[in-house]
Amino acid sequence: MSGLLRPATLDAALSALGDDPELTVLAGGTDLMVAVNYGQRRPTAVLSLRRLDELTGWRGDGDDVVLGSRLTYAEMQHGELAELLPGLAQAARTVGSPQIRATGTIGGNLGTASPAGDTLPVLAAYDATVEVASAADGHRRVPMAEFVVGPKRTTLRPGELITGVRIRVPHGPQEFLKIGPRNAMVIAVANCALVADRDTATVRCALGSVGPVPLRCVDAEAFVVDHLDWDAGRVDDPRTYETFGALCAEASRPIDDHRSTAEYRRHATGVLARRALMRAFRGGGA
Amino acid sequence: MTTDGPMDRATDDDTVDSGIYELRVNGGTRVVEGAWLGESLLNVLRDRLGLYGAKNACEQGECGSCSVLVDGRVVCSCLELAAACVGTDITTVEGLDPTGALTDVQRAFVEAGAVQCGFCTPGLVVAAHELLDRRPDPSELEIRESLAGNLCRCTGYGRIVAAVSAAAAERRAAAGGRP
Amino acid sequence: MTTTTTPTTPTGTTATGITTTTTRPPAAGIGSDARRPDGIPKVRGEFAFSSDLHRPQMLWGRTLRSPLPYARIRSIDISGALALPGVAAVITAEDVPGRATYGLISSDQPVFAADVVRFVGEAVAAVAAETPELARRAVAAIEVDYEPLDPLTDPEDCFTRDPIHPDGNIVRSVPIRFGDPEARGDVVVEGTYVIGMQDQAFMGPESGLAVPDTDGSVDLWVSTQFLHVDRDQVAACLGLPEEDVRVHLGGVGGAFGAREDVSFHVHSCLLALRTGRPVKFVYQRDESFYGHVHRHPGTIWMRHHATGDGRLVNIEARIVLDGGAYASSSLAVIANAARFAPGPYRIDNAKIDAWVVRTNNPPCGAMRGFGAVQACFAHEAQMDLLAAELDIDPIELRLLNAARTGDRMITGQVLEGPVPVEECIRACVALPMPPARDEDRLAWPGGAGRTADAADLRRGVGFAVGYKNLMFSEGEMDDAHAACRLEAGVASITSACAEVGQGFVTIAQQIARTVLGTPDVVVEPASTATIGTAGSTSASRQTWMSGGAVEKACREVAEDVRAAYAAVLGLEADQLEVVDGRLRSVAGATGAGMGAAIDVAVADAVPGRRFESSVRNRHAPTFALDRFGQGDSDVAWAFVAHRAVVDVDPDLGLLRVVQMATAQDVGRALNPLQLIGQIEGGIAQGVGLAVMEEIVMEDGLVKNPSFTDYLIPTMLDMPDVEIALIEQPDSRGPFGAKGVGEPPTLSSTPAVVAAIRAATGLALERVPVRPQDIALARKV
Repeated sequence: MSGLLRPATLDAALSALGDDPELTVLAGGTDLMVAVNYGQRRPTAVLSLRRLDELTGWRGDGDDVVLGSRLTYAEMQHGELAELLPGLAQAARTVGSPQIRATGTIGGNLGTASPAGDTLPVLAAYDATVEVASAADGHRRVPMAEFVVGPKRTTLRPGELITGVRIRVPHGPQEFLKIGPRNAMVIAVANCALVADRDTATVRCALGSVGPVPLRCVDAEAFVVDHLDWDAGRVDDPRTYETFGALCAEASRPIDDHRSTAEYRRHATGVLARRALMRAFRGGGA
Repeated sequence: MTTDGPMDRATDDDTVDSGIYELRVNGGTRVVEGAWLGESLLNVLRDRLGLYGAKNACEQGECGSCSVLVDGRVVCSCLELAAACVGTDITTVEGLDPTGALTDVQRAFVEAGAVQCGFCTPGLVVAAHELLDRRPDPSELEIRESLAGNLCRCTGYGRIVAAVSAAAAERRAAAGGRP
Repeated sequence: MTTTTTPTTPTGTTATGITTTTTRPPAAGIGSDARRPDGIPKVRGEFAFSSDLHRPQMLWGRTLRSPLPYARIRSIDISGALALPGVAAVITAEDVPGRATYGLISSDQPVFAADVVRFVGEAVAAVAAETPELARRAVAAIEVDYEPLDPLTDPEDCFTRDPIHPDGNIVRSVPIRFGDPEARGDVVVEGTYVIGMQDQAFMGPESGLAVPDTDGSVDLWVSTQFLHVDRDQVAACLGLPEEDVRVHLGGVGGAFGAREDVSFHVHSCLLALRTGRPVKFVYQRDESFYGHVHRHPGTIWMRHHATGDGRLVNIEARIVLDGGAYASSSLAVIANAARFAPGPYRIDNAKIDAWVVRTNNPPCGAMRGFGAVQACFAHEAQMDLLAAELDIDPIELRLLNAARTGDRMITGQVLEGPVPVEECIRACVALPMPPARDEDRLAWPGGAGRTADAADLRRGVGFAVGYKNLMFSEGEMDDAHAACRLEAGVASITSACAEVGQGFVTIAQQIARTVLGTPDVVVEPASTATIGTAGSTSASRQTWMSGGAVEKACREVAEDVRAAYAAVLGLEADQLEVVDGRLRSVAGATGAGMGAAIDVAVADAVPGRRFESSVRNRHAPTFALDRFGQGDSDVAWAFVAHRAVVDVDPDLGLLRVVQMATAQDVGRALNPLQLIGQIEGGIAQGVGLAVMEEIVMEDGLVKNPSFTDYLIPTMLDMPDVEIALIEQPDSRGPFGAKGVGEPPTLSSTPAVVAAIRAATGLALERVPVRPQDIALARKV
C-alpha cells in the first residue's frame, strides 16, 4: 500500500514525521502538485496536514498574532486579520489566482521558500518568527532572517513541521508593492514590504524576488528613522524618499533571468521603496 | 468488499490507501481504484471517474480550466492530491445543478456569446457560480479580479464578463431587486 | 453536434396535400445573433474535446524530445523502456514505414529525428504504455547518446554558416521591386523593428486518439485545423493509401494557427497499428510549447520616403524572419510579410528584401495574422514617425494615403472589391473614448500589486491600420467541399471544415436556414471519411470558402426543390422563385395548381422527398510572385483600424490597456455576436503581443515553456472594446461576407505600442514592450 497519512492531531503528525522524515508534506499542495504533475517529484508516502485543525486560522497572543501554518492567502485578505496586518493582506491578494489563494497556505509559502514567495518579504518586514515543531525536539522559534537561507532552502530540520508564524502587531503604516508584467496571476519580478511601528519608532523594509532570500534593507531603515516625525506622520525632507529608495536598491541582490533583468529589478526596487515610504509618511519641510 | 473494508475506514482514519478510496463527488460516493499516490484530483475525475468536464490545460494552477468546488471553495483540481480530498465535498461542472438542468450561469454563457472553443468554459462556469453565490452583486472589476485565474484564449473575455453580469442581474431580478 | 428542433405547423395545403403556405418561427438565419449549436454541451462540460476521448484497452502515448538545439544522435537505446512492465511499444525513426518526413508545404521535418536533432523539443522516440505515468517513466528510460553541435540561433548567421539541413539555411527569399525602387522623397524616416516569438497558447493541448482497424487501416480523432492535409501526411508517413487513414475532428480547444502542422498524429497511428490497441496522446503544457510552431520572430528595417505634404513615395524594407528548424508554412508567411510591408496605403514604388531562414530555434509557422502582423508593427511605427517628421496628425497622414479600390499593391496587383480603409479610420476615430480613470487602484497599471499612485501615471492614445489577404494565395490549392441533404424539413450539412471555436458550425446553420427556410439544420461531424477537403481553418478563409460551399450546396437543393414542387403543382419551374428561403409564385404567373399565391418554405415544399447536393467551391485563380515579387497573388483582403488608450507608469514600465476601439471591414456581418467574439479575442492576442507575450530563447533553449512564465492576458489585462463594423458586401463571399478572424490581431499590437509611445515619448521599436524597455530607456 502506498499511503497518505492524514493525522488528526499535531502530535500524531509530528510522530509520523519523526518516524519517517522523508515523508512528503502536503499543506495546500499548490507548489507540490506542480512538481508531481510534471514528474519532478514522485512521492511514495505523503503526510497531509489537512485534518490538523490546530494549524488553521489565527489567534491573538498578547501583543502578538499567531498565524496557523494552514492559514490560506484568502483568509489573510479579509476581516480582522487584514486590519491588523494590512501589508500581509495586500501581499496575499497578489498571490496567483483566486483558486491558488483559496488553497495555498502561509506555511507552504515558507516551506517552499521561493525567492518570489510573496508573503516572505512581508514576514521579514514584520520581523516575524517561524514556529516549528518536531517529535524529537518539541517546539522552537526561528526568526525569519534565520529561516530562509537560500532559494528554496530553509533551516527546517528533518522531522520538523512549520506550525505557525508569530508576529508582533506593529502600530503604523504598512505597505506592500509587487511588480509583475501582468495585472494578475503573475510571479513577482520585484516586491517590497514596508512596516512602520510607532511603539518602537522603527521602520522595517524588506524586498522579494531581488535576491536569493527576502532581503531586509537595514541601511535604509536606519537612515529613515532619523528623518521621521512620528507624531505628524511625515518625513522631514522630501529628499528622504529618494535616498531611502536608493538605499533599498543598494540592498537588492538581483539576477538576470527569463522574467526580468538585474538592472530593472534594482531600479524597480528603488522606485517601489520610495513609493512605499511616500504612502506611509507624507512629505514635509521644503 | 466487506462492510469494514477500506472504503468505510477512509473518511475517518488516519491513512488513505491511495490504491482504493472513496470521494464524494456531486453528491454521490465514488470509488477510486488503482490510482497512484501522486495522482491529481483532475486526473482522477477525468480518467478514473469519467467526469471530463474539468479540463487539462496547464496542470500547474495557471489557467483555471480544471476548476472545481471543494467544500464550496473554487480550486484547481490539478493541484489537489486526489487522495487528500477524501472526506470533502467535491462539485464539478457536471454537478452544479443536482437536477441536471442548465444553471443560470450556463444559460447566460450561451446567450451572451461567452463560448467559443469552450475549453476554458467549464472552469469559468464553476468559478462564476462560486463568485455569484458569494457576492450576488459584483462590480465589473470584482468580476474581473475574481475570474482572473481563468484564462481564455478565444474571447478576449468581453462576452464572459457580459455573461456573468447578466447572470447576476437575473439573480437580482429573481430576488425582487433591481434588474 | 446538436440541432435546433422547433415544431413547424403547416397552415395551408392544396388539394394534393402539398403545403402552399407555412408559418414558422423566425429562423435564426443570416444576420442574426444565432447561438452556437455546441454552446450548451460546452457550458455543461459535456462537449467531447480530443483530450476527453477514450476507449477500452486504450494505451497512453508519450514522446521523447531532444534536450539539445543541435546535436548528432550517436545511438538510441530503447531496451530499458521496453523492459518496463506495462510498456507496450517504443518506436523511433527506423519504425516509420513510409515517408520519413512531413511538412505543410515542404516535407522537411522528420517524423522522428534519425541522425540529427535540430531544435529543443524535436521528437526522437515515442512510447505507448498502460498509464500516463508509466509512459512518462518509459520515456525517461530511453537512452540517447548525443554529440552536441554548435547551434545556429542568430538568424543573421544563416547567410554565412554551413547548412544545418539538407534543404539549406535560406527557406525562402522574397524580393519585391515595384515602380522605381530607387525613388526618393523629400522626407525620409527609417527604423528597425523587432518582433518577439509569440505562441498561439490555445487552451486545449495537442491531443487525440488513434484507433487501429483489423484491416490495417486506422482512424485518428484529433484536434486540428485541416483534416485532409493531416490525412495526406499521415498516410504518406505510414505508407498507407489515403483511404486507409481516416481523420476525424476531435473537439478542438482553440487553434490560432498552431494546429495546421501535425504533431503526434503519425506517432499515435504508428503505435496503434503496432500494438493493435487504441493509443491516446495528450501533451502537457510544456510539451505543447515544444510540440507546435510559433509566430515568427523577426527584425524589420524600413525606410519610408514621402513628399513634403505627406504622400508616400517609396518604401524600402529588409525583413528577416526566423523560421526555426523546419519550414512549416514559412514559405507563405514570408511572402505575406513582404507584400503587406507598406500597409493599406497607396504607394507607387517599393524595394523589399525579405528572407525567412532556418535556425536551431523552434520551428515557426502559422499564427493568426500570418506575416502581416510583423509587417504591420513596423509600417505603423513608420507612419507615426513620418507624421511626427512632417508635423502632420497621424490620422490625417493615414487618411491622405489610404488605399482605395483600384489602387495597386506593391506586387502590382489591383485591389479589387471593397477597400474601406478610409471608412475604417473615420469610424474608429469616431468611437467614444473611455471614461475617466477608475478610482480603484486595481484598475491601474500594476493592478493588485498597488505599484502606482495617480501622480505616477500617464495616459497615451495610439492608432494603427492594417490589412491582410483572405484565403490562400500564390496559386496554392484552395478549395472547399460541402454537401447538403434536405429531408422531412431538416437540412443536414456535411463539411470537413474544422470547427476550432470560431463558430463555423453556427454560420453553416444560419446559411442553410436562410437558403432553405428551415430552422432545423444539423451540421454533421467533420471527417475525411465523409467528404472532400474543406481546406484549412486559417487565413480567415472558412466563412468565405466553406460558408460559400454550404451556400452553393443549399442553393442547388433549393433549385431542385423548386423544380420538384413545380412538377407536383403542374407548374413551369420559372413560375416559382426562391426568395429568402421561400418558394413564391412569380407575380402574374398562372397555372393549374396556382389557385392562390404560393408562399412556402423551401424545406417544407416537398416534405416526402430527399434532396441532396454536393459542391466544390473555388475562388478565382491566384499566381505565385515572380522574381521581382510581382503577380496577382491574392483573392481578397480585409482592412481594419485600431485605437488604443493605455495608462503607463513610466518609472516602473508597467501599464494597463484602458480601452481598445476598432473599426473592421467585415463585408457583411453574418452573426454580429460571434463577430464581436472574434474581434475581442483577436485583439486580446494583439494586446498580448504588445505588452507581455514572448517565448524567451537563449542559445536555442526555450526559457519559459509554461503558463507560469509565458503570460497571456487575463481578465484584468483586457479592457472593454468599442467596435464599429464596416459593412460593404463583397459579392464574391457568401451573402457579401469577408473573413474576420485575423484583422483584429493586425493593428491592435501597433496601436497599443503607439499609445505607450505617446504616454512616454520613447521609441519602443520592439514587441513585446517589457517593463525594462520603458523604465530603463532614455527619452528620444
